[in-house]
Amino acid sequence: MTLVTRIAPALPLRGRRAVRLIERNSLVYRRTWIVILSGFFEPLFYLLGIGFGLGSLIGGVTGPDGREISYGVFVAPALLATSAMNGAIYETTFNVFFKLKYQKTYDVMLNTPLGVGDVALGEVVWALIRGLLYSLGFLVVMLLLGLALSPLVLLAPLASLLMGFAFSAVGMSVTTYLRKWTDFDLVFVVTMPLFLFSATFFPLSAYPESLQLIVQLTPLYHGVNLLRGLTTGVVGVAQVVDVVYLAVMALLGLIVVNRRLNKLLIK
Amino acid sequence: MLPLSSQPLIHARRLTKRFGSFTAVDGIDFDVAPGEAFGFLGPNGAGKTSTMRMIGCVSPPTGGTLRVLGMDPVADGPRIRARLGVVPQQDTLDEELTVEENLVIYARYFDIPYREGRRRAAELLDFVQLAERAKSEVEPLSGGMKRRLTIARGLINEPNLLLLDEPTTGLDPQARHLLWDRLYRLKQRGVTLVLTTHYMDEAEQLCDRLVVMDKAKIVAEGSPRQLIERYSTREVLELRFAPGAQESLDGQLDGKLDGIAERIEPLPDRLLLYTSDGDAAIDAVHARGVEPESVLVRRSTLEDVFLRLTGRTLVD
Repeated sequence: MTLVTRIAPALPLRGRRAVRLIERNSLVYRRTWIVILSGFFEPLFYLLGIGFGLGSLIGGVTGPDGREISYGVFVAPALLATSAMNGAIYETTFNVFFKLKYQKTYDVMLNTPLGVGDVALGEVVWALIRGLLYSLGFLVVMLLLGLALSPLVLLAPLASLLMGFAFSAVGMSVTTYLRKWTDFDLVFVVTMPLFLFSATFFPLSAYPESLQLIVQLTPLYHGVNLLRGLTTGVVGVAQVVDVVYLAVMALLGLIVVNRRLNKLLIK
Repeated sequence: MLPLSSQPLIHARRLTKRFGSFTAVDGIDFDVAPGEAFGFLGPNGAGKTSTMRMIGCVSPPTGGTLRVLGMDPVADGPRIRARLGVVPQQDTLDEELTVEENLVIYARYFDIPYREGRRRAAELLDFVQLAERAKSEVEPLSGGMKRRLTIARGLINEPNLLLLDEPTTGLDPQARHLLWDRLYRLKQRGVTLVLTTHYMDEAEQLCDRLVVMDKAKIVAEGSPRQLIERYSTREVLELRFAPGAQESLDGQLDGKLDGIAERIEPLPDRLLLYTSDGDAAIDAVHARGVEPESVLVRRSTLEDVFLRLTGRTLVD
């Protein structure tokens, strides 16, 4: 409770008009919906190329509970988690940077009753809606291909939503520190290894022991672990840890975004 | 409580803004009455934009008192901004949206329903003569059109107070005159205008009353006419000399012009002689054997006021 009362004042509580940002962004995407569509195909191509292509060479892998599962079943939830991360990161880095530094979209909004809290919350929620759309599309494909083993898969959209929240809040925080377009290379320097080394393509046990610990500290690992638990039907304490990790990440991200935007926009 | 009409819309006392050790606005006092067109005149860096941002509730004052529409910008920011129209110095239109969408979505920021937003957008696009471009992208519009669209956007919430930061900077003369005409019509409708400018003609055209700012302070206040009467003479005689005559200009031609004018201001390429009768001054100059390359008699402007107050011209 004391934690809540301490954190609450730092949060963008005045976010009642955050929905206006979502209206603005959907107006923009009404004409460029094809861009959104591309985000759906990316993980699908990975699934077909790696899940089935590579999977046919590998055969089965050891699942979370020790049972043998097909490589497609193993890799699909990881790709789902990755697409939730990428959707959130693309939206809150490139798009937010353009609006923050070049188009001055937020400066304009602050001339209206909208406040910094609305901007922070609005962009983060928009990013996670976009991420959620990708996830839902991908989930349908997983179900059609029989890659979900458990009815718990129905909770996967919620897990994607949480991931989207965490990654978009942190993504947007990072964006407020970037100065020029070339700084975005740094974003890839972080997201690419996350994509490759978060127990995405091979189980955690395949990593050297010292690396296992590091992998378990990174955010995408927790998204992958959570979603894989849900789609394969193996959930336990580990998944509770995943949820807490991502929730804390989302909360901290939102606090930093709110502070940084206040500093950058209210001078 | 006073009736709204007699209360100032903006009330500032000892208003101060500091950025670290730099003082952008240094304890200025001013009031803006309803229906007035009020200007901040001064060179770049004088503190005009910082003052406008404080009025617009996007920059908390460092010191002093500021009331906008009777409220405190720090505590009541969203409520004040709901009744303000803001036209920023830079065109900050949404290039990802069309002309009409720019207005409709901006209306949404004020909780105006889409239907009503579209109605107002059509009306305002008419007013700023952009109705034909409603469905156009923003990017191909000319500078003047973009500025007019920005003004239309600032009017979407039918504001009590319109803030314009250098509304015609960077526009060609034709675009400026069209813009002035629209602003003048707004004023006639009773919209209170507060604008910053470093153009003398703009201030003379639009402002009922203005303050001259220099180095973060207000150095004079009044109507354009009052300021000219107080700080300048009725006429100015400009004497232009051949290039290279700088030293003799600074020495005002070795005292040959003493007593001809109330005041003589040497500029790099000419002398300004402040006098009530320009033609008589020309005769006097000739009588003393001074032969400039060219002479010009003109009426005093705010530029002369500024020169007198600060010793510098406005636009370097």
